[in-house]
Amino acid sequence: MPKDTGIGAAVPRTEDRRFTTGKGRYTDDFTVVGLHHAVFVRSPHAHARVTGIDKSAAEAAPGVVAVYDGKQLVGDGVGNLICGWAVSSKDGTPMKMGAWSALATDTVRYVGDAVAVVIAETKAQARDAAEMVEVEYEELPVVVDATDALKPGAPQIHPEAEGNLIYDWEIGDAAATDGAIANAAKVVEIELVNNRLAPNAMEPRAAMAVYDAGTDHLTLHTTSQNPHVARLVLSAFYQIAPEHKLRVIAPDVGGGFGSKIYIYPEEIVCLWAARKAGVPVKWTADRTEAFITDAHGRDHVSKAQLAFDSNNRITGLKVNTVANLGAYMSLFSSCVPTYLYATLLSGQYVIPNIYCDVKAVYTNTVPVDAYRGAGRPEACYLIERLMEKAAKELGVDPGELRRQNFITQFPYQTPVIMTYDIGDFSQTLDAARAAADVAGFAQRKAASEAKGRKRGLGYSCYIEACGIAPSAAVGSLGAGVGLWESAEVRVNPVGSIEVLTGSHSHGQGHETTFAQVVSDRFDLPMDNIKIVHGDTDSVQFGMGTYGSRSGAVGMSAIVKALDKVEAKVKKIAAHVLEASEADIVIEGGAVKVQGTDKQMAWHEVGLAAYTAHNLPEGMEPGLKEGAFYDPTNFTFPAGCYICEVEVDPDTGVVTVENFTAADDFGQVINPLIVEGQVHGGIAQGIGQAMLEHAVYDESGQPLSGSYMDYTMPRADDLPSFKVSTHETFCPGNPLGIKGCGEAGAIGSPPALVNAVLDALSGMGVKHLDMPLTPRRVWEAINAAN
Amino acid sequence: MSKKPVQFRLNGAERAVFVEGGQNLLDTIRRGLGDTSPKWGCGQGTCGACTVLIDGQPHLACLTLAEAVEGREISTNAGLGANGLHPLQQAFMDHFAAQCGFCTSGMLMAAKALLDRNPNPTRDEVIEAISGNICRCTGYEPIIDAILDAAKRRAA
Repeated sequence: MPKDTGIGAAVPRTEDRRFTTGKGRYTDDFTVVGLHHAVFVRSPHAHARVTGIDKSAAEAAPGVVAVYDGKQLVGDGVGNLICGWAVSSKDGTPMKMGAWSALATDTVRYVGDAVAVVIAETKAQARDAAEMVEVEYEELPVVVDATDALKPGAPQIHPEAEGNLIYDWEIGDAAATDGAIANAAKVVEIELVNNRLAPNAMEPRAAMAVYDAGTDHLTLHTTSQNPHVARLVLSAFYQIAPEHKLRVIAPDVGGGFGSKIYIYPEEIVCLWAARKAGVPVKWTADRTEAFITDAHGRDHVSKAQLAFDSNNRITGLKVNTVANLGAYMSLFSSCVPTYLYATLLSGQYVIPNIYCDVKAVYTNTVPVDAYRGAGRPEACYLIERLMEKAAKELGVDPGELRRQNFITQFPYQTPVIMTYDIGDFSQTLDAARAAADVAGFAQRKAASEAKGRKRGLGYSCYIEACGIAPSAAVGSLGAGVGLWESAEVRVNPVGSIEVLTGSHSHGQGHETTFAQVVSDRFDLPMDNIKIVHGDTDSVQFGMGTYGSRSGAVGMSAIVKALDKVEAKVKKIAAHVLEASEADIVIEGGAVKVQGTDKQMAWHEVGLAAYTAHNLPEGMEPGLKEGAFYDPTNFTFPAGCYICEVEVDPDTGVVTVENFTAADDFGQVINPLIVEGQVHGGIAQGIGQAMLEHAVYDESGQPLSGSYMDYTMPRADDLPSFKVSTHETFCPGNPLGIKGCGEAGAIGSPPALVNAVLDALSGMGVKHLDMPLTPRRVWEAINAAN
Repeated sequence: MSKKPVQFRLNGAERAVFVEGGQNLLDTIRRGLGDTSPKWGCGQGTCGACTVLIDGQPHLACLTLAEAVEGREISTNAGLGANGLHPLQQAFMDHFAAQCGFCTSGMLMAAKALLDRNPNPTRDEVIEAISGNICRCTGYEPIIDAILDAAKRRAA
């Protein structure tokens, strides 16, 4: 039984008192005396040369203190934006990174590319003046589709990347995979699109930069998932200020989903402008600005072949993918369609031979980077669409075909780098089938048929990699940073505990779950424990939160620090109580000598440590320990999702009737927080599968720039979800955690698409690309008939 | 730019402010009066994060001209729990209905407007009442459950 507030307990969230009473403090809620506002002048063209900028009218406008352009930025030595993960082509040549200045100097490459910034007393004044900045453009030819960008004669976007090719990367054994396909009893083929998405955290990105001339210090409040990485990159690469003179604060952050990992031009410009203009500067994106500047997600086009022997065992998988990275290489864009994608193509299956080739391409669209799942949803979608298609073509049950090919022996080395440490894929398949009442499906299908509707059932058996990642391993693959996490546990003289973590919470509930780990260890009430995060002046360093890593990596660092604190507490207590360290136990708010009535209250140990009147010989005073935790492997959350849909063949409207998730996340710290992560992830996955699509027209104009033309899942779009967890404990970290933040978004799209194709299988519809809007479904039905 | 005086009640307190022509109610509440509970999520009346009550009816503060609320009664989430936690706020906590918290104040005001006019709503009525409010984190189910639970507790 979990303690009331320990590991495994559904403890109410600490952060919810402020969130439910409207007292959360997000970047745009902060202000300072003398605050000025920044509005950016952005390119209305997808590709153009900037031949002139006339700022004079704007500079003379009311309230305006400065109008800056890219030449001034570069002139002041502000560095170009970087991509922090070096990926090489199959011929060994490094990726081709085009120059990206925070304010464009001579060329704009997507609609929204910033060319100038106006700083004024009010936002309205800045907005009015921004319209007075006259930029002369000479339009250039545009390409928005990644496969078009690779064609001979396509418009050239960066001089550094000939033919718009950033890299042509490969993984696996091409010859062996070709051999497996040549010798196969059955080859299943597919071509599919993984649709481009806009992340849409509800809080728009924002930045407030304040320069203190007296101390030569800059402070940035910003919407960041990783404030320390922001400070590092701003210092080391953009030359904004040395790290000790730059404080980055990421306060409450209203959702991230990957989009707030990156350091964008706006933060750089606000910091530079605050110092240059000598006024505090705030910028807050409006929603359309978010659509045209936040890094998008997905946007893959893939072809694949899956080979089977005559016993329906998989013998090989060959994949060719073209990944659209947009107009510039965003901070981690290069690793998403490579090391976070192709390394997961083995799915839950024994596949002896895998080969994947990925071409990453520049286009005249907003940069593409990690979005909830980041590469893993694309891999899962590909393999799970193939498995469902294979089951149809082989005439076998899709669940049983999967089971027959499941990996059952662990650890399992895939042909694409990953070593799966543990899992039980049959367990989650069985649990999902039972909860989804697969046995009763035929009856429900008949009932739907009777009212003229088509009913379908679709599976998705996903696996993903979290807990990113062993620093040496990612370093050898090109990462520019280590991916450990740090923690510091401070026991105060009165016994209260502050935990400083490099992880950042932007909806995940770390202030609750991290405190549960401490509560569990020292049997202390949640009220005694505070989780401190998101401020580079408080926390020494950290790598931040993304890739479902804060449990597996962030909490592991806390556990390491707790181990050290516990050891010192026991030493002090043993000394004061004149007992053996081995006999000391911590329980019920006290530190006791087992089997005796000798004890100290928890706070008395803290006090003893700080008064230092009676410590063991040679022990330093104080009770504060830090730890860095470097993961030993990725973690591998896995599970089975089953979606049941009804399709109205007259209108193409798809209704999700049931959605069942059975997940293995390893150790669960707070089941209701985990459930919330799964629900939210599935909602985003259903959004991708049915509703969401970031669309550009041929001239590079974004057609989905607001909630009136980009369909977000709303309350009336989603069904109730049946979710459950089934643990196999991760052997690689001290708590056995795998991670739960992205699974829903990874596992759900193929389940839904498979279900719709199952529903329409009798009507001749063999393929659909997401999103499955009524129009697309209706057109496919009509084309098939 | 000339400014106009506007007087209204915010969460029961008399307020008088000068507003610019075209200034919206959301900026007036957030910047002028320091109540940052309503959030600026889109500025286009499409996300619901700025939902406030004007004379008890839900409105999108980002699309409401500040001048238009002369003499009206405005309620925000910051005033909802003025005397301890409101039952809806408590239910949102109990049901884990907030994750990042950004949409929460708008959701709560939409929910309050619903329960004020319909104390015993069906699940579908709850869904309809919050379908103008976008939440990117939760998938909505805990929010729906919380509102239904708050209604049940109020009836009990």
